[in-house]
Amino acid sequence: MDPLALSRLQFAVTTIYHFFFVPLTLGLSILVAFMQTLYYRTNDETWKKHTQFWGKLFLINFAMGVVTGIVQEFQFGMNWSEYSRFVGDVFGAPLAIEALLAFFLESTFLGLWFFGWDKLSKRAHLATIWLVAFGSNLSALWILIANSFMQQPVGFVIRNGRAEMADFFALLTNPNLWTQFPHVFFSGLATAGFFMLGISAWHLLKKSNVEFFRRSFQIAALAGLFGIALVGLIGHNQTQRIVQSQPMKIAAAEGLYQSEDPASFSLLTIGSLDGRSEVFAIRLPALLSLLAYNKFTGRVEGIDDLQAAYSKQYGAGDYLPPIPWIYWSFRAMVGAGMLMGLLALCGLYLAMRNKIESNLLFLKILPWAILLPYLANTTGWLMAELGRQPWIVFGLMKTEQGVSNTVSGAAVLISLILFTIVYGALMVVDIYLLRKFATSDPMQAAHEAAY
Amino acid sequence: MDLNTLWFILIAILFAGFFLLEGFDYGVGILLPFLGKDDEERRVIINTIGPFWDGNEVWLLTAGGAIFAAFPHWYATMFSGFYLALLLILIALILRGVAFEFRGKDARPGWRKFWDWAIFFGSFIPALLWGVAFGNLLRGVPIDARMNYTGDFFGLLNPYALLTGLYGLVLLIFHGASFLTLRAEGEIAERARAVAARLWLFAVVLLFVALGASYALTDMYTKLGVNPGVIPILGGVALLAAGWFLRQKRDGWTFTMTAITIVTTVFTIFLTLHPRVMISSIDPNFSLTIYNASSSPYTLRIMTIVALVFVPIVLAYQGWTYWVFRKRVSKKSLKA
Repeated sequence: MDPLALSRLQFAVTTIYHFFFVPLTLGLSILVAFMQTLYYRTNDETWKKHTQFWGKLFLINFAMGVVTGIVQEFQFGMNWSEYSRFVGDVFGAPLAIEALLAFFLESTFLGLWFFGWDKLSKRAHLATIWLVAFGSNLSALWILIANSFMQQPVGFVIRNGRAEMADFFALLTNPNLWTQFPHVFFSGLATAGFFMLGISAWHLLKKSNVEFFRRSFQIAALAGLFGIALVGLIGHNQTQRIVQSQPMKIAAAEGLYQSEDPASFSLLTIGSLDGRSEVFAIRLPALLSLLAYNKFTGRVEGIDDLQAAYSKQYGAGDYLPPIPWIYWSFRAMVGAGMLMGLLALCGLYLAMRNKIESNLLFLKILPWAILLPYLANTTGWLMAELGRQPWIVFGLMKTEQGVSNTVSGAAVLISLILFTIVYGALMVVDIYLLRKFATSDPMQAAHEAAY
Repeated sequence: MDLNTLWFILIAILFAGFFLLEGFDYGVGILLPFLGKDDEERRVIINTIGPFWDGNEVWLLTAGGAIFAAFPHWYATMFSGFYLALLLILIALILRGVAFEFRGKDARPGWRKFWDWAIFFGSFIPALLWGVAFGNLLRGVPIDARMNYTGDFFGLLNPYALLTGLYGLVLLIFHGASFLTLRAEGEIAERARAVAARLWLFAVVLLFVALGASYALTDMYTKLGVNPGVIPILGGVALLAAGWFLRQKRDGWTFTMTAITIVTTVFTIFLTLHPRVMISSIDPNFSLTIYNASSSPYTLRIMTIVALVFVPIVLAYQGWTYWVFRKRVSKKSLKA
């Protein structure tokens, strides 16, 4: 049993799983805070009911995000100790700061929010949920500061056989961070928008509390559209930046084997099973150049040329990421995103025309559309992380060099199996609870401020 | 004082804070199935720690993050070396965390019972294993010249470490019971007091046995001397005093005393370790110290600034939380 392969699989399983819950936490915290703000401003009890109804779903999801997040912090040391030694001087700091600045904030104030309905003044209680939203999104910022160093290492020197921090502010101003963080932030908002949209549509279809769910439908359509539009715009910028910083990721996403100028966009590429060569392709001329440089010319490096260039720069070796995974992840992400944009646009249009309830087909589609942001979030991360391979820190350390050298394959197999079982079972429980409360009647629900 | 020492102290403080705070919610979690006779009582018990447990757990995450940032080699060696032990702790913390949130979301007795036991085991396993881990840190573990842990999981389960694990476990249950006397009401508080009274003697005996074993089996004697100094003595005195205050029903004082014992126990461990963070049982020269395991001076400086600004802020708002939820939890208060 190969500890490297198992550790990679475990990291993939635990990270993808963790990221099922994170985007909803990021976005829904803001939307719940927003609804409570409306309650605070208007004193309208319906908004209070909204806050509590969506807040309950938020809490269930939040708990899953928290407990799976602990694993994330531990497993760098557990499974990737050589990586931790090599980059700890740079990478440890944002993780520690994340805990100190963000985890404390979100956890403490979430407790105050849930238990504090009757114990705090209305204004103080409103502040607690905004602090939860702020803390959650702040934690995303710090973890992406750490991740950005892996994507595009900056602000360091190689000294004492490891990467040492040379400029803290360079980490904070990493160009990768300032497209990646907004991308994640707005996809959180879009995720929350579609989550609310789907659940609201379900109730509208059942004609239960129509007035109530029309309101959340409107907020959700707006948030979903705003979120997904910005995700797309930022994603476009992000791609243009990655063309410079990690050209292999883009070449893989486009199945572009030969460098081209102007570069064509792949409509459909079928490669060999290992992704090392192209078998069949339909390409649209010059479109990739347009996406990469906003003009119809411009050279985009192909996989084969990059492989040759990297072999020269970093020594002979295999610099190909798992190309089919990246190619299809990119397409699934963008496809899901475009579909979300379309649906949110329709939703908003119907909402403005006051025709939400009359379009039954649309209402039937929306609950299923909750899956779209999850597909996009997951494939987005697959592309980001797989596209960086074979590097764990781009250009500095390969993934195979980062794995713990004292942990046996058997030990990793045990942990992989345990995590898979526990995570699988918890997913069933989570979905059961989310369904139960998403389909409950918000007007009948008892107000609870205790476990 | 150099920054390496400062960070060693800061990490000691983070662990002290972690065991002081999360310690009582481990204790409460372990006592839950035994002190709560029915669902309503169990709800009271859970709600005594309801608003706090998540924020308390962050002390651990921050301690882990601080080790990673300030002493990356310590983080790498310990987390990879104690792999299976940490795996068990992780699984326990996962189940425990969701249990608090999920338990009340369904009224079926089987469902509630399941999560009650998830809280029990999720609290019991880490409460025991942290003590085992710290026992091994004191005793030393096989670490080679390249800072790699060369032992296995069962090597960690040696008699000395199991003894420190047991001491930690009993101390945290005692601490949890004394917390319940403060935050629960009526019968539950009385039952907690009765349990605490029974645990007290056990804790005292274990403290002295563990201390004796530490003098014999670790280099606590060479580090601290015959007279171990004010911090360890304070810990022992506080534990003895806790028994007296318990009988006087001075619950606030009892809790203060168990808190002091926990904090001083952690400090005693760190005093014995200093300047090492992981002792090699193969060769003292292979031990990881606050110097050979540390981050660069630049990183330590950045982290120091961040910590000095934000730790007081965290303390302030967490302190405020305890003030907001200072009232006792009762069956009546849950219905309101």
